[in-house]
Amino acid sequence: MKVNPKYIPVAATALVMIALYIIGAIAFPKFASLRVLVNLFGDNAFLGVAAIGATFVILSGGIDLSVGSVIAFTGIFIASLVANGVDPLLAIPLALAIGLVFGAMMGCLIHFFELPPFLVTLGGMFLMRGLSFVVHDQSLAIKHAFYTQTLRQLAIPVAPRIFIPVTAIFFIIAVIVATYVSAYTRFGRNVYAIGSSENSARLMGVPVGSTKIGIYAMAGFFSALGGCVATFYMQSGNPASFVGLELDAIASVVIGGTLLTGGVGFVPGTMMGVLILGLIQTLIIFQGNLNTWWTKIAVGVLLLLFIVLQKLIARRSQM
Amino acid sequence: MILENIVFWLIFAVLLFVARRHKTFWPLIALGLLLAFNHGFTPGFFALEAREGHLYGTRIDILHHGSAVMLVALGMTLVIATGGVDLSVGAIMAIAGAVAAQAVVAHQQSAPVAILLALGVSVLLGAWNGALVAGIGIQPIVATLILMVAGRGIAQLITGGQIINFSDPTLVFLGNGHLFGLPFTFALVLGMLVLTWALTRGTALGLFVECVGDNDTASRYSGVNSRLVKFLAYVFAGFCAGLAGLVVASKIKSADANHAGLYMELDAILAVVVGGTALTGGRFYLLGSMVGGLLIQTLTTTMYARDVRPDIAPVPKALVIIAVCLLQSEVTRRYLSRIFPRRAPRASGPARPEPGQPQTET
Repeated sequence: MKVNPKYIPVAATALVMIALYIIGAIAFPKFASLRVLVNLFGDNAFLGVAAIGATFVILSGGIDLSVGSVIAFTGIFIASLVANGVDPLLAIPLALAIGLVFGAMMGCLIHFFELPPFLVTLGGMFLMRGLSFVVHDQSLAIKHAFYTQTLRQLAIPVAPRIFIPVTAIFFIIAVIVATYVSAYTRFGRNVYAIGSSENSARLMGVPVGSTKIGIYAMAGFFSALGGCVATFYMQSGNPASFVGLELDAIASVVIGGTLLTGGVGFVPGTMMGVLILGLIQTLIIFQGNLNTWWTKIAVGVLLLLFIVLQKLIARRSQM
Repeated sequence: MILENIVFWLIFAVLLFVARRHKTFWPLIALGLLLAFNHGFTPGFFALEAREGHLYGTRIDILHHGSAVMLVALGMTLVIATGGVDLSVGAIMAIAGAVAAQAVVAHQQSAPVAILLALGVSVLLGAWNGALVAGIGIQPIVATLILMVAGRGIAQLITGGQIINFSDPTLVFLGNGHLFGLPFTFALVLGMLVLTWALTRGTALGLFVECVGDNDTASRYSGVNSRLVKFLAYVFAGFCAGLAGLVVASKIKSADANHAGLYMELDAILAVVVGGTALTGGRFYLLGSMVGGLLIQTLTTTMYARDVRPDIAPVPKALVIIAVCLLQSEVTRRYLSRIFPRRAPRASGPARPEPGQPQTET
C-alpha cells in the first residue's frame, strides 16, 4: 500500500493528539470525562478560529503576524461600542467588517507593492495593537443582556449540567466552513496552487492578485471572528491581551501538518493542532506540579518534531 | 549651547555628504528629519550637560537605550544577508540575562565567569539555530521560531519563574557604566561594530555572506562552503543577542525572563531593513543597520519626550515600517522613476527581477 506523502503529517498530528488524550486518560481518572472534552473545544475556540485564517495564509506561502493584535482590537472595539450603548448585534458585524477590510488592505500592500508578508503583517500587528489602546486603554467588561444571558441560552446541553458553549459551536462551524472552502471551491484550489508555485499558478491563469488579497482579507476576518469569540469567552475586551497569540496560531498550523513553504496542508489538521496545544495545557493543569512555562517548552519540542518530520517527507518525495 | 548644536548639525551634514551615494543616506535623512523636528518642537531634547565627567542628555539616552537594538541588529544583518532571518534573538536575550543573573546570585560565581557562561550559552543557542538551518535545511523563519517559542520557557525555567535581582558591580557596570564620558553600552556597540566590520570587510567573509544570500547554489558551485557561512552567521547572531541580553539585564540590575528582549527580533529586523539590507538577502550594510537602530530608538524616545502614551507608541512605528517598505519596494521605485526619469541608471546595478514577477519588461 502506498500512502500519499501529503497525508503523513496530518496522520502524525492525529496520532499525537490521540496519544496525548490516552496518556491523560490513563494518568488522571477524570481526564477522559465529557466535561474536559467540551472545555477543550470551548477554551481554545478563539485560538482555533484565528488559526484557521492563518492556515489559508500559510497554505499560500505567506505569514500573518497580526493575529493577536486583531483579536485584541476586535475585543476592545466591541466592548467599548457596547459600553456606549450600541447593540452587540450591530457591533459584532462592524468589528468583523473592520477585520475583513484591514486584512484586504494588507493583502493589497503585499500584492501590488510586492512587499514581504512578514513585514507588512508586522506593521499591521503594531498598528492594531496601538489602535486598541486608542479605542480604550484598559480592560472593559461587557455587560449587556446579549452577553450575560442570550449567549448562555445558546449553549447546547449534551448531558446533565454539561453544555457545549457558544465558543465551541463557533469553532466547529468555522472548521466546517473553512474545510469546505479549502477543499471544494475554486478559491481553495487557487490557494493551494499559489502556495505550490506562484509563477506556475499565474501561468496557468489563476487570478493570483484577487486570490492573495482574498486570502489576507479572509485571515483578517477569521482573526476578527476569533476576537468576537474571545469576547464571548471572556465577557470583556482588553487592549493588552493576546500578545504573541500569532505564534500559537502559527505553531498550531505547523503542528497540524501544514507546510510553512505552502501548498500542502489541511484545515482539519489545524483544528487538531489547536487541540494538541489545548491538551498539553490541560495535562499540565491536571498534573499540578509543573509550571505553565513547560507548555512553551513542550510546544517548542513538538514544533521541532513536526518540522523535522516534514523535512524528511519532503526529501523522500523528491527522490 | 548654541555652538554645540551648530557643531552637531555640521557633523551631521558632513555625514550626510559622505553617505550621499551610499544606502545609508536615506535612513540618515530620516534620522536627521526626526532630530530636526525635535530640535524645533520638543523642549529640552537637545540639552546636553556634563555631570561628574559624564555626559547626560536625551541624545546620549538614545545612544544608551538604542544599544541593545544595535547590538542585535549587527548579528541580524549578517543572518538576513545570507537570506535568512532569526526570530529567536529576543528569547536568547532573556536566556543570557537569566544565566548570568543565576550564576552570580544562586551559584556565587564571579562576574567574568557569569558573562562568559551567558555568552557561551548564547553561542550554543545560535549554533542550534545554525544547525537547523544550515545542517538540516529547515526554512529560517520556522527553524528560529522553535527557539523563539521554547526559549522564554527555558529562561523561566532557569530563573524559576522569578525576577532575579543582582548587585554585582562588574555586571552592573556593563549597562550603567561610563567610558570617556559616554555610556559604556555605546562603547560596546562601537567595539562590536568595528569587530564585525573587520571580520566581514577586512576578510572575504563578508563577500561569502553576500554571495550565499544572493545565490546559494551558484556560490556553492564556485567553491564557497555555503552551509558553514550560514551556520556562522547564526552563531554570530546568537552571540550578539547574548551580549544585548547582558546589557538589558544589567541596565535594570535584574533578569526578567518574561520581558527581556520582548519584540526585539522585530525591532532588529526593522533596523536592518530600514538600513538598506533587503530581506531577500545579498548586499548588507552594517552602518545602515546601526542608523536604522538609532532611528527606531529616536522614534521611541521622541514619543516618550512628547508625552505620547507608551501603549499607543506602536502606531507611529507601524506607519514607519509601512512607509519604509513602500520606499524600498521595486514597484514604487519603478513608478517613481516613471515620474522622475533619471538620466543614467543607478550605480547599484539593474534591479533583480523577483521570482514572482513575469519578465516581460526587459
